[in-house]
Amino acid sequence: MSELHTLGVHEVLERLNRRECSSEDIVRDVLAAIGRIDGTIDGYLSVAAEDALAQARAADEARRQGAGGRLLGVPIAVKDVLNVRGQPCGCASRILQGYVSPYDATAVARLRAEGAVFLGRTNMDEFAMGSSTENSAFKVTRNPWNRNCVPGGSSGGSAAVVAADEAIAALGSDTGGSVRQPASFCGCVGLKPSYGRISRYGLTAFASSLDQIGPMTKSVRDAALLLQVMAGHDPHDSSCLPDPVPDYAAALVPDLKGMRLGLPREYFVGGSDPEVERAIRAAVEVCRGLGAEIVDVALPHTPYVIATYYVIATAEASANLARFDGVRYGTRAAGAEDPIDLYKRTREQGFGPEVKRRIILGTYVLSSGYHDAYYLRAQKVRTLIRRDFEQAFQSCDAIVAPVAPTPAYPIGEKGGDPLQMYLGDIFTVPVNLAGICGMSVPCGFTTRQMPVGLQILGPALGEGSILRVGHAYEQAGGWSHRRPPL
Amino acid sequence: MGKYRTTIGLEVHVQLKTHSKMFCGCGTDFGAPPNTHVCPVCLGYPGALPVMNRDAIRLTVISGLMLGCRINSYSKFDRKNYFYPDMPKNYQITQYDLPLCLGGSVEIEVGGRVRTIGITRIHLEEDVAKNLHYATWSGIDFNRAGVPLMEIVSEPDLESPEEASAYLLALRQILTYAGVSDCNLEEGNMRCDANCSLRPADRVELGTKVEIKNINTVKGVQGALEYEEIRQAEALDGGRTIVQETRRWDADLGITSSMRTKEDAHDYRYFPEPDLMPVALPAEQVAAWKAALPELPQARRERFVAQYGLPEYDARVLAAERAVADYFEAALRLIPGSPKAVSNWVMTDVLRVLSERTIDIGRFPIPADALAELIGLAEKRVINSNTARDVFALMLDEGGRAGDIVKTRGLAQVSDTAAIEKVVEQAIAENAKSAEDFRQGKAAALKFLVGQVMRLSKGKANPQMATEMLVARLGKG
Repeated sequence: MSELHTLGVHEVLERLNRRECSSEDIVRDVLAAIGRIDGTIDGYLSVAAEDALAQARAADEARRQGAGGRLLGVPIAVKDVLNVRGQPCGCASRILQGYVSPYDATAVARLRAEGAVFLGRTNMDEFAMGSSTENSAFKVTRNPWNRNCVPGGSSGGSAAVVAADEAIAALGSDTGGSVRQPASFCGCVGLKPSYGRISRYGLTAFASSLDQIGPMTKSVRDAALLLQVMAGHDPHDSSCLPDPVPDYAAALVPDLKGMRLGLPREYFVGGSDPEVERAIRAAVEVCRGLGAEIVDVALPHTPYVIATYYVIATAEASANLARFDGVRYGTRAAGAEDPIDLYKRTREQGFGPEVKRRIILGTYVLSSGYHDAYYLRAQKVRTLIRRDFEQAFQSCDAIVAPVAPTPAYPIGEKGGDPLQMYLGDIFTVPVNLAGICGMSVPCGFTTRQMPVGLQILGPALGEGSILRVGHAYEQAGGWSHRRPPL
Repeated sequence: MGKYRTTIGLEVHVQLKTHSKMFCGCGTDFGAPPNTHVCPVCLGYPGALPVMNRDAIRLTVISGLMLGCRINSYSKFDRKNYFYPDMPKNYQITQYDLPLCLGGSVEIEVGGRVRTIGITRIHLEEDVAKNLHYATWSGIDFNRAGVPLMEIVSEPDLESPEEASAYLLALRQILTYAGVSDCNLEEGNMRCDANCSLRPADRVELGTKVEIKNINTVKGVQGALEYEEIRQAEALDGGRTIVQETRRWDADLGITSSMRTKEDAHDYRYFPEPDLMPVALPAEQVAAWKAALPELPQARRERFVAQYGLPEYDARVLAAERAVADYFEAALRLIPGSPKAVSNWVMTDVLRVLSERTIDIGRFPIPADALAELIGLAEKRVINSNTARDVFALMLDEGGRAGDIVKTRGLAQVSDTAAIEKVVEQAIAENAKSAEDFRQGKAAALKFLVGQVMRLSKGKANPQMATEMLVARLGKG
């Protein structure tokens, strides 16, 4: 049995460049790993085996012909929320069953242009709504470190397949922590770029003002490379920033000399699992040892982030998900009497309970008479939260914090209590509300051998800083190389 | 309508003349096979995002400037949420509280009374698809979905159905002048909703408002509002209260019928469109557009009178349509000394052909410079006016330049004194009776004799010279 599937993007590229293996070898190896492992992990919703092999052979042929491509022949798994031409894009929902993407998301098109191979679709919470991947309409993905535990969410499938070496790297999407939190729960790297850094074109919208695509990888260096390829202006997305994309690889230096890292005091007030807090504090000491100065920062509006997030995100979602009506694509309920009846039946049958809950909540906060008290007020608080971070970044280059208050918890534990689930997002949602960037890097394990992630936050377009911190930490004492016992 | 006063406000939807749709690159041509101008964006596919058509912004601002509106330097788009099969996303991208244009007015004239009708606002939005209903099923054509639509909301300043239709016509004239829309009602370029209320003549506060939808023609506006005036007056006469509601105009039956009452009104849950950035319009940009505005029809009319000395009637006819006025001025530029002659040709001959063939001037076969050449030949008496009309007919059907036609067909007027004298002699000789009549003082006989000269010369004799010679020859009758 070959071990090609255990490699990261850079290692795969080194082997390919040295002609030690072909892209087809890699894809076959990954497919074999999926065949062996995924029955117990359930990270994939579908695997495009034949298609992926064909893409790999095309990449090998291109390489023989001397073609370049920064990801030529590297297989990547894609969260079921991103459009890949010719593949399903079901958002783990019954309502999109049968839908096949007629187009590539911009991020996908850019990876494809560099030679990436698209392997299959990873499981997720339906329409990215959830923090445990238990809200998938099709299957419950299991944490590779403990199959009785959730992988986190909503990009739980992508995190699990990367951690279980069923993929070289994967894409996720992050609206309130959906890349970082599952990365933390599964022990891989997950990067949420600044709002507007990567085009959202082709990312099925949950909350348009918060959504970002992010890489999920086995190392910070891999995340930097995927970001490098995907980032940059896109005429198809007016929220995508025109700023030039810096050379992220150049930011990856092995020390933190001259850097100031902020510790938000509101994030260390005893609400977190002590083992999580201990791992974070240990990581902070490693950073200090690398030359960083640790400073205290304040994020005073932290108590309001969950309420603010769930008002804004659900309001936008209530409109974004209105298009799933059975008229043009996806599932159409039978037996409808008229268009309104068609909508009711299709959406009743097509959406799961969490999606319905959020659509109803979002409809409520926008409705006449409540709009000002909820939606408008939440927008004002959002501005205050953004200012908290602007203020904090006056005195530091990056912020270090926990990703989530707890490690991965048992499947079913929080399923019955949405509010408990929402509270787990306290350290991740403010990043989306503020539009800044954040990354989860493995920083240790609990006594029960569950991974813990260190969250590194940077100002808008500060990806270079957080990649530097993550990389230096990973090199000095990180835990990115640990693999689950499968 | 002596007992009641009518108050009307119109919301006019105008399709803008852009090459592509409001938020994607799909074309906007009318009449293409169903669902051929579509893409993931205008079909509302998962993940597709709107991108602003800057030209639609420009055309809306130009419309606002033509109508005297204030242009908002900061404007934004909002989502209007409701479910309907013709809406790909089940929300419409429109402008709620910060439209592109505010204020403004249009002047109308009904029954000799000139009135200024206020405009509340102009905003930009996307059009919906078209539902097609068959015996047992329905289809949706998304070609129209996402076409830029400008909504012009008037103040409730209109006092009669005639004024409403005059307002619509005035608006159409200005917008076609501005080149922002074809305002072609048959193609649905211009549609309107009307708000109408009646109140007793002695009351100040307005009556209960009824909204009428689905009005797609100028005739329809007048018809729907006339119907509504009578319906509401009868209700008030009968002591019934008017229900605040939305009614649909049925052009075939000529009636309005209730669609929904206030209780069923939608809660559109407007909120700012997060997929689009707010529109900032720098003052310099607006100033540049303003400087390049075309003349308003009214101003052009006045200029035609002042500059060319045309009668008011001519100026009104010529300036009614920008393309016609442009054609007139293009021809006149080549023969600047003959404004009235050019006006006569355009008003009678050109416009007659346009109406006979139901074409617009863009498809008129004789270019302005060719018409000018023809008029020039007639003005210089190279050909007489009858010949000129024949040449015009030839140019219309076969093309060609007037000078060439006159030369190749030998149509030039004969102004050679000796040649005409010969024919005059012949005409007198062949019509001794008429010559005698003229000598006896019968003026009509002269006309007959001139006609004979023209006949004998095959129409080429200069009729003025022939007249003069006949008079000289026969003595002043």
